[in-house]
Amino acid sequence: MKYLGLVWAGLFRKKLRTTLTLFSLVCAFVLLGLLQAVNSLFSGGADFLGANRLITQARTSFTQPLPMRLLPQIEAVPGVARVSHSQFFGGVYQDPRNFFPQFAVNPQRLRDTYPEWVLDEDGWRRFITTRNSTIVGRNLADKFGWKVGDVIPLNSFIWTKTDGTRIWEWEVAGIFDGRNAEWQKRAGLMYLNYGQFDEGRAGGKGLAGVFVVVVDDPDASERVAALIDEKFENSPDETKTQSEQEFQLGFARQLGDIGLIVNLITSAVFFSILFLTGVSMSQGVRERVPELAVLKVLGFTDRAVMGLVLAEAFALCFIGALAGMLLANFSTRFLPAEFPIETDLRVWMIAGISVVVLSLLVGVPPALHALRIKIVDALAGR
Amino acid sequence: MSRYTQVREIVMMNLRSVPQRLGASLVIVIGIAGVVGVMVALLSMSAGLEKTLSGTGRDDRVVVTRGGSNGELASFLDRASATLVKQDPAIARGADGLPLASGEIIIITEVPRMGQKTGANVTLRGVEPAGFTLRPELSIVEGRKFRPGLREIIVGQAASGQFAGLEVGTPLRFRGSTWTVVGVFSTGGDAHESELWTDAETAQSAFNRTGYSSILAKLAASDGFAAMKERLTSNPQLNVDVKTERDFFSGQSGTLTTVIGVLAGFVALVMAIGATFGALNTMYSAVSARTAEIGTLRALGFGAMPVIASVMAEALALAISGGVLGALLAYVLFNGYSVSTLGSGFTQVAFKFAVTPRLVMTGLGLALFIGFVGGLLPAIRAARMQVTSALRG
Repeated sequence: MKYLGLVWAGLFRKKLRTTLTLFSLVCAFVLLGLLQAVNSLFSGGADFLGANRLITQARTSFTQPLPMRLLPQIEAVPGVARVSHSQFFGGVYQDPRNFFPQFAVNPQRLRDTYPEWVLDEDGWRRFITTRNSTIVGRNLADKFGWKVGDVIPLNSFIWTKTDGTRIWEWEVAGIFDGRNAEWQKRAGLMYLNYGQFDEGRAGGKGLAGVFVVVVDDPDASERVAALIDEKFENSPDETKTQSEQEFQLGFARQLGDIGLIVNLITSAVFFSILFLTGVSMSQGVRERVPELAVLKVLGFTDRAVMGLVLAEAFALCFIGALAGMLLANFSTRFLPAEFPIETDLRVWMIAGISVVVLSLLVGVPPALHALRIKIVDALAGR
Repeated sequence: MSRYTQVREIVMMNLRSVPQRLGASLVIVIGIAGVVGVMVALLSMSAGLEKTLSGTGRDDRVVVTRGGSNGELASFLDRASATLVKQDPAIARGADGLPLASGEIIIITEVPRMGQKTGANVTLRGVEPAGFTLRPELSIVEGRKFRPGLREIIVGQAASGQFAGLEVGTPLRFRGSTWTVVGVFSTGGDAHESELWTDAETAQSAFNRTGYSSILAKLAASDGFAAMKERLTSNPQLNVDVKTERDFFSGQSGTLTTVIGVLAGFVALVMAIGATFGALNTMYSAVSARTAEIGTLRALGFGAMPVIASVMAEALALAISGGVLGALLAYVLFNGYSVSTLGSGFTQVAFKFAVTPRLVMTGLGLALFIGFVGGLLPAIRAARMQVTSALRG
């Protein structure tokens, strides 16, 4: 610790160079932080989802709705606690750019399977008892200024009504919140009463969509999933049951190998910054050879001088990385809710490891140079 | 010496001395190569996707879907409507006297990507026999066509490269029945190559569907489109959208290319800022290493302009070599690299990265810009040096 001043003085001997190098490091770590945050989101980000919920979809694809008659059969599977069903509605409010998801569900069953959504008793009662009712997430209600009792027209690009039109009107029965901050962020969707939906649609009556299955024991969920799929094997409605988390990740994976792209960019950034910082560090040491020799004259051991150089490299990388990561962390707050990326623990760990690797790679060669400095030669300027 | 010769001499002298400062000079080259490489690679992704989608479809073919549906997936046409549409007089007739129109049905299936377990959405398209006559660009490159009535499918060339288990002869299980891959087809690199195809009626019976998702028809005369659209959309028996095939597909690349564009722009911007600091660093130290030299030149009567020019020339030369290196890397590593992503039809579209000349020019432009900014301040400092103090080194 007592050498901190010395490290600092060494680092800022050439203020301009160190400052510029620091700025480059900040840029690199802003990118590293944000890109790896994206990676976190796609690789395992859905861990807030309960481990005790499964999604049963048609084996061919989740876009093929499963018939409602499967519901009692799934309920009868040992280990299944609750079952609800959900059909994507595909409605457009006013303008296609306003897109938000809507699902037609059985209100009581939704309440049983998603305790994460918080709505007052009256709201639930209205949703359950009113045929054309909808409940909307707080974020949506705030965005469009909806209140309880408002009628919201949705133009579905999938479902035609029996009268041939596609405009469905839904009355807001309640505005729901998330149980915690994590779920509150996701309260940007809309649930429609299945009763009205199934009665009103021209085609596809009696189809449920996908089933949401709550199991008694989260540890047994894999076994229960296998039991459900076994039940419908070789029937016209073969199913595929997976954890809700897997189901969500499946969506993200559809987009492509985002992890690979992100990691490629990160490595390009890392390589560039490695080179840049390395050159800056070794230039710094080369220019200071006589000074380092003076330190040795004053009684600093070879190892101590080497340590000083290494400490400089570490301090440089550390300060740059910290500033970059803080900036990345700060900027994620200004992203729209559709991009819920966060510099979580994993990202900070990656940044930490990068700092250590980076400072070793850029610090060791000049540190060895400093170690080998011969006092006499250095002072003589040879 | 004229000003021109002064500039030329000093620039050449300076460039010849670059190898002496190789390490520091490489900072510019590598930094900029990184920026340009990443930017060109990312943008080549959206260029490739756009190329695939806009290359799909022709102007003399028409796609009819249910009115208001945002794609084939959400569209449904019953048999009666399909027959009515096919009878439109603008549609060409085949050798057998029947309209050249194919009712097609879209079913989404899940097929895992190579080396993955989770399924990706892949389109299974059921086509009527006319669907082949309609599309002369289609050719079977391996195996044979499916036989109507049998659960046989042919797979697009791009799909067979992207997804697992689509080799000729392999069985596939969809909805309680087993299908066999009997051939691989090519449609000249368009979006259909990401699909699996089978006979429309086989698909209808296997997936318990009636009717069609869309109808593809060939126009008898290329100017028949407007009249046909007018007739079909005003027919009270029908509720349809009518588009030329080209318009239908090129309308689909929008969102994704925007997302990639924003991502590429952001990453390139931050990297470019970082690289600019690196370039500034390099050029400042180059100037300070040449202090005595610059002082001498000024004492000999060289003006400030030639000195600025020499520093700028060095920065720009390094920047452009970085840019070329980056673009080259992007080209060698990614051009033609095939991937697939979720298209707007909610199914996978396979495409190849396309490093186009326009992208390379954009990359080089960015490189020059970074070099310019990175060289300017150090060049001004070099020009402002006091001759006497500079001579002391």
